[in-house]
Amino acid sequence: MAFEYAPAPESRAVVDIAPSYGLFIDGEFREATGGKVFKTVSPSTEEVLSEVAQASAEDVDAAVKAARKAFEKWSALPGSERAKYLFRIARIIQERSRELAVLETLDNGKPIKETRDADLPLVAAHFFYYAGWADKLDHAGFGPNPRPLGVAGQVIPWNFPLLMLAWKIAPALAAGNTVVLKPAETTPLSALFFADICRQAGLPKGVVNILTGDGSTGAALVGHEGVDKVAFTGSTAVGKQIARTVAGTDKKLTLELGGKGANIVFDDAPIDQAVEGIVNGIFFNQGQVCCAGSRLLVQESIQDELLDALKRRMSTLRVGDPLDKNTDVGAINSAEQLARITALADSGEAEGAERWAPACELPSAGYWFAPTLFTNVTQAHRIAREEIFGPVLSVLTFRTPAEAVAKANNSQYGLSAGIWTEKGSRMLAVASKLRAGVVWANTFNKFDPTSPFGGYKESGFGREGGRHGLEAYLDV
Amino acid sequence: MSERLSVFKTYKLFVGGKFPRSESGRVYEVTDSKGKWLANAPLSSRKDARDAIVAARKAFGGWSGATAYNRGQILYRVAEMLEGRRDQFVAEVADAEGLSKSKAAAQVDAAIDRWVWYAGWTDKIAQVVGGTNPVAGPFFNVSSPEPTGVVAVVAPQESSLLGLVSVIAPVIAGGSTVVVVASEKAPLPALSLGEVLATSDVPGGVVNILSGKAAEIFPSVAAHQDVNAIDLAGADAELAKALEVAAADNLKRVVRPQPVDWSADPGTKRLTAFLETKTVWHPTGSLGAGGSSY
Repeated sequence: MAFEYAPAPESRAVVDIAPSYGLFIDGEFREATGGKVFKTVSPSTEEVLSEVAQASAEDVDAAVKAARKAFEKWSALPGSERAKYLFRIARIIQERSRELAVLETLDNGKPIKETRDADLPLVAAHFFYYAGWADKLDHAGFGPNPRPLGVAGQVIPWNFPLLMLAWKIAPALAAGNTVVLKPAETTPLSALFFADICRQAGLPKGVVNILTGDGSTGAALVGHEGVDKVAFTGSTAVGKQIARTVAGTDKKLTLELGGKGANIVFDDAPIDQAVEGIVNGIFFNQGQVCCAGSRLLVQESIQDELLDALKRRMSTLRVGDPLDKNTDVGAINSAEQLARITALADSGEAEGAERWAPACELPSAGYWFAPTLFTNVTQAHRIAREEIFGPVLSVLTFRTPAEAVAKANNSQYGLSAGIWTEKGSRMLAVASKLRAGVVWANTFNKFDPTSPFGGYKESGFGREGGRHGLEAYLDV
Repeated sequence: MSERLSVFKTYKLFVGGKFPRSESGRVYEVTDSKGKWLANAPLSSRKDARDAIVAARKAFGGWSGATAYNRGQILYRVAEMLEGRRDQFVAEVADAEGLSKSKAAAQVDAAIDRWVWYAGWTDKIAQVVGGTNPVAGPFFNVSSPEPTGVVAVVAPQESSLLGLVSVIAPVIAGGSTVVVVASEKAPLPALSLGEVLATSDVPGGVVNILSGKAAEIFPSVAAHQDVNAIDLAGADAELAKALEVAAADNLKRVVRPQPVDWSADPGTKRLTAFLETKTVWHPTGSLGAGGSSY
């Protein structure tokens, strides 16, 4: 018997989006030099939400100069005073979190359940955590009186727009740097609202500068000679390009790139918990997560039982209006991303894997992709090797723990992995052999500001979060 | 028109989240530095101290079990509430310590900032003093700090607010609960701080504030079997020695009185003084030969 859900939409009235936004440079909004603009749309409806400025190379230069000017005073402030600014920001984010959650859901397409219960609490917590470090840098393990780097150029992706902003800006400011941040082209709005939070917090002008734009803006920012530190989260291909750009300079670089996380389920795992973890691992945020558990490695003896339970569970996922509080899976962020997911999924079928998706009615407008899994996947298939960045799970099997480890590590990436087993010693043995920066045991996709996050191999280098996250923004 | 007559405040203890008078019914006269009467403060008895220890023990499970993040949020809330009552505390500290208004304000500002300092420590101290240990064998081995329990404190005698905050904030930041006897001659800022704590989401019993004579109350506190540690910041040398001897009976952790500049960077000493270190071992299985070569 199926229970129908009545619609439970979160109100849009809590957020007031202006028809257009400028660039936030030196504490003020201004038009782009040359006056170019672009539109940002709601991925679930294709409705135009607002028009934002396309920052030019001259704008990048102005923002970097503003940040450089602000750096002198900001870095000279006692840490305890920088801490209080960051605590203010954390508190204002908490106060405005419902507004920001609705805004993020509108601009990104992810379910309100996630922005409200995951993104925003983590954003506030991240500022809160790094606020406390600002006056404790001597205790962070980098020697006495560690110094900031200067101006940080930061480029962030569209999958967790405000959370990635928090991961970049909070540690940078705590350590005494000033920043120029470019949000993703398809999700610029929450960063522009953050500029308003900086105003409310009384943050000195020029400490935070927000430039909206496309890839050319990002390239101009990371290539600017006035930038001392580059931090990028996004695709491995762009990450490599940035590494080439900063080669031969003194710019400190941290990269948080793609992944193809293995979620390993052993025969003694609690099946129902594992199924929840698998679903969370690949369908959280429509699978548009760099640390997604996109490869399911299941022990052969429990394959049938696990896949039956997984398919049953997938059939109950609610796909649709991201603003509906009951929605589990929202919209894909852009037409471009939808095309990429579609092409890779098609390659899975073409290469011989078996495709399955629950019966699922998708809205007629917007960008949508049904939760999908592939069986009969080999390690050579593109869907087992390439990051799909969508709600598509590739299932492989193994017989022994050693085989599981070998298959899990058979990837250019090394960001995340999951292990499901009731046996502690097996969990720790496997965890110690996995070449991945984050290993979740009997859970998945857990994040906390105190916990370092980042990858091995071509998933990038450097860590965000925790004490380790400070290193990226200190001259140590 | 006649001048309006002000309303005096009845200063009370802060125990278990409530504001009782001393069960003994006793009070003592508190004066400013020039001998002018300020208020009558409760003269706590040994029974009041026992009640406070019971309240602190009752609160320990919940407080030590709260997430470090949650404790940090609550300590920061104390700073927010104290900032909102800044003028009141400036006046009280000026009276209590015989300071000019600007010097008293500096004390109050530093006290507010000290709450912020410790708010930031709650979720970092484990990362600074804990860690994994590379034991020579197939074991996962990790050491983490945990709160020691109920801590009893003799507050500094001279620094009525900044000194007080400097001894209680680190105790609760680490997850322990506290019973403090305020400065004997200047207890009023401490008793008012109870009102701030009561409106700051600090669970009842986490901080318990008594006024009176440490020399009368503390011998039984130092000997109390349900107290885990004592901070003797405000005790004189003779009393401190007697209390340390009494504390040895159940091996309380003891912080001895030392000259402290309360306005200086406090470091982590008073945090770690009330933390235990727990080390957990767990075998790591073997997957057969060697490590992964990837």
